[in-house]
Amino acid sequence: MTDLLYAVEVMINGLMAGVLYALVALGFVLIFKASGIFNYAQGVLALFAALTLVGLQEGQVPFAHLINAAFGTDLHYFGWQLPAVVAIVLTIGVMVLLAIAIERLILKHLVNQAPIILFMATIGLAYFLEGFGDIMWGADIKTLDVGLPQGGSAWLEQATAGWGGENFYGFFIDRLDIVATLVAAVLVISLTLFSQYSKQGRALRAVADDHQAALSVGISLRFIWVLVWSIAGIVALVAGIMWGAKSGVQFSLSLIALKALPVLMLGGFTSIPGAIVGGLIIGVGEKLFEFTVGPMIGGATENWFAYVLALVFLVFRPQGLFGERIIERV
Amino acid sequence: MTTRLAPLALGVLLAAGPAAADLVFPDLSYRTGPFAAGGIPFSDGYQDYFTLMNERDGGIGGVKARVPECETAYNTEKGVECYEATKGDGALIYQPLSTGITYQLIPKVEADHIPLHTMGYGRTSAANGKVFEWVFNYPANYWDGASVVIKYLMDENGGSLEGKKITLLYHNSAYGKEPIPTLEALSKKHGFKLTLIPVDSPGQEQKSQWLQIRRERPDFVVMWGWGVMNQVAIQEAANINFPMDHFIGNWWAGAEHDVTPAGMAADGYKALNMNRVVDYPVFADIRTHVVDKGLAAGDGSNVGSVLYTRGMYAAMLAVEAAKTAQEMTGTAQIDAAMMRDGMEHLEMTAAKMEALGMPGIGPEFTVSCADHGGSGMAIVQQWNAGDRKWVPLTDFIAPDAEVIAPLIEADSAAFAAENGIAPRCD
Repeated sequence: MTDLLYAVEVMINGLMAGVLYALVALGFVLIFKASGIFNYAQGVLALFAALTLVGLQEGQVPFAHLINAAFGTDLHYFGWQLPAVVAIVLTIGVMVLLAIAIERLILKHLVNQAPIILFMATIGLAYFLEGFGDIMWGADIKTLDVGLPQGGSAWLEQATAGWGGENFYGFFIDRLDIVATLVAAVLVISLTLFSQYSKQGRALRAVADDHQAALSVGISLRFIWVLVWSIAGIVALVAGIMWGAKSGVQFSLSLIALKALPVLMLGGFTSIPGAIVGGLIIGVGEKLFEFTVGPMIGGATENWFAYVLALVFLVFRPQGLFGERIIERV
Repeated sequence: MTTRLAPLALGVLLAAGPAAADLVFPDLSYRTGPFAAGGIPFSDGYQDYFTLMNERDGGIGGVKARVPECETAYNTEKGVECYEATKGDGALIYQPLSTGITYQLIPKVEADHIPLHTMGYGRTSAANGKVFEWVFNYPANYWDGASVVIKYLMDENGGSLEGKKITLLYHNSAYGKEPIPTLEALSKKHGFKLTLIPVDSPGQEQKSQWLQIRRERPDFVVMWGWGVMNQVAIQEAANINFPMDHFIGNWWAGAEHDVTPAGMAADGYKALNMNRVVDYPVFADIRTHVVDKGLAAGDGSNVGSVLYTRGMYAAMLAVEAAKTAQEMTGTAQIDAAMMRDGMEHLEMTAAKMEALGMPGIGPEFTVSCADHGGSGMAIVQQWNAGDRKWVPLTDFIAPDAEVIAPLIEADSAAFAAENGIAPRCD
């Protein structure tokens, strides 16, 4: 009974972890859906957004190292401490500006290029943004404090302690994961409502369905690209906040993209529900495998098991669970 | 005063020699990538100390030190490329700050005859100088560290760990796996139950590992982590209310940036350190001669931090070995072979460390032909989150040589057999 309850605990935590993976995968899906670009820079976008958030919140002088080195000054902080909400709003503004810059400087020049060219461009963007973030905000680890709760839910732990005997210490669920789940739910509902009921959302879907047909009815492809990269930037900010709250904001945040890849393979590159369901399946699958099989084979199974699980799905559904079926006629 | 006069005297003594090229100490650093937060302060400390030598003392024995920097991003392939790119520049010593890079460089330095110093990391059995002629890992290695942790825990538990449960949470890499043989041997010797829990690199997600720790309720968790793994582990430990004073990291899991992201929740977390961190007089010299002149490798904000101090300590040990080599050979213009001889005759005494403006920074130790590992001593420090400071809890603790020596002997003998190396120093 104790083992069963612990398995349930692992499963619940797997679901929560899956939500965090899905948050990263969502950014990929949004851009791929609207432009057919696999955005290699999505993980770095999350890092850049989180760095900007902490920098603005703490009143850090951007490019301080560069300024100090060039002018012999000793600038580091403006001396203000912004409320979290204000810093988040300003960071969203920065992400929108970044989306405009990406469209003007990169995407505009690559219209009608093959997807692989656009993919390569996003690799370049990832390297550029990582270095740019470093120069702008410094490479030290930053503490992210936007008032998110941390730690297990004491109430749940106490209420369930002893259910499976004295060796069952109650269910552990991280309150941060609960918040992440709620935020992800709000995000998905908002995105769905936006794409279904707003003019811009419908335009976005039209572009996703057929670029040329959308252009022929007067939809601006450039505007849609700015819009979709802005939304992906906002999703990246949310992912950066949730992951950064656990580890501090540091450059390894960009590696969370690796967690999204099996989710995308499983859920499909073009489906928002697919990203969510894929995230949940990967989260639960890897955690349960680690719990049941991990101890027998030395542990540390999660990184590779997620990919194996995705590959198994690929054998049966190459387009992913919710991806569009690829039909090629001779 | 001695700090300033000794190198001056040596410089005067050796100044009559021919015009000298720089002494080259390549810095295989990592200022980018997921491990940059640890790589930057170490590299800053390493470079600033050589700059201090040049600015304050006119170089080492009158010859300027040069530190070409090469970015490895903590990537083994890039580390090897950096080694190949810089070795022809007259490199005297390499300190790559990576166990993965170290393992790749060991056969290369043995062939190229350039010393490799892996202070508190790398291949532990390199402490056996009979087999590893060009590799040094003084003042301490991972097996020393594992033994010091267990010794400390025994002291804290009335001299016995019989029946206790200890979990090793380790980075699933060559580095993280290093302490396992020692801990297994110590587990048999002292009767504690050892559980091994790996964390895949980089360690951003550790929910499964900490749920397992929560289920198994070990008495102590020992961590062999690096990079983001440390910050996440400390936060997850706090999340499950694991007592922080029962959680001990090794010396690569005990810097300021490992604990600050968790805020007050990290209070009480412990870690080993091979170099004591206090406000040494040498820091004032670094600020005056390096930072204030705009010559620092970084912006000077790292001076005095745990990893800055360790980088500076690593540079100081290299400088002292170079000075020893200069004294032994009577020439200031030493080469890599002379540097190796200097390292093999290095003596770090309390008086020498005090004269250098770093009293008590490390343990006293002597290096010899057979012993490239030093004393193996380390301290235990504890994080005070309120003051945002590491507080030393102990003096330098000696490792259990009775357990470690046979392990080093066996591992190095296997390496010698595999590579056809005839033991030396007889």
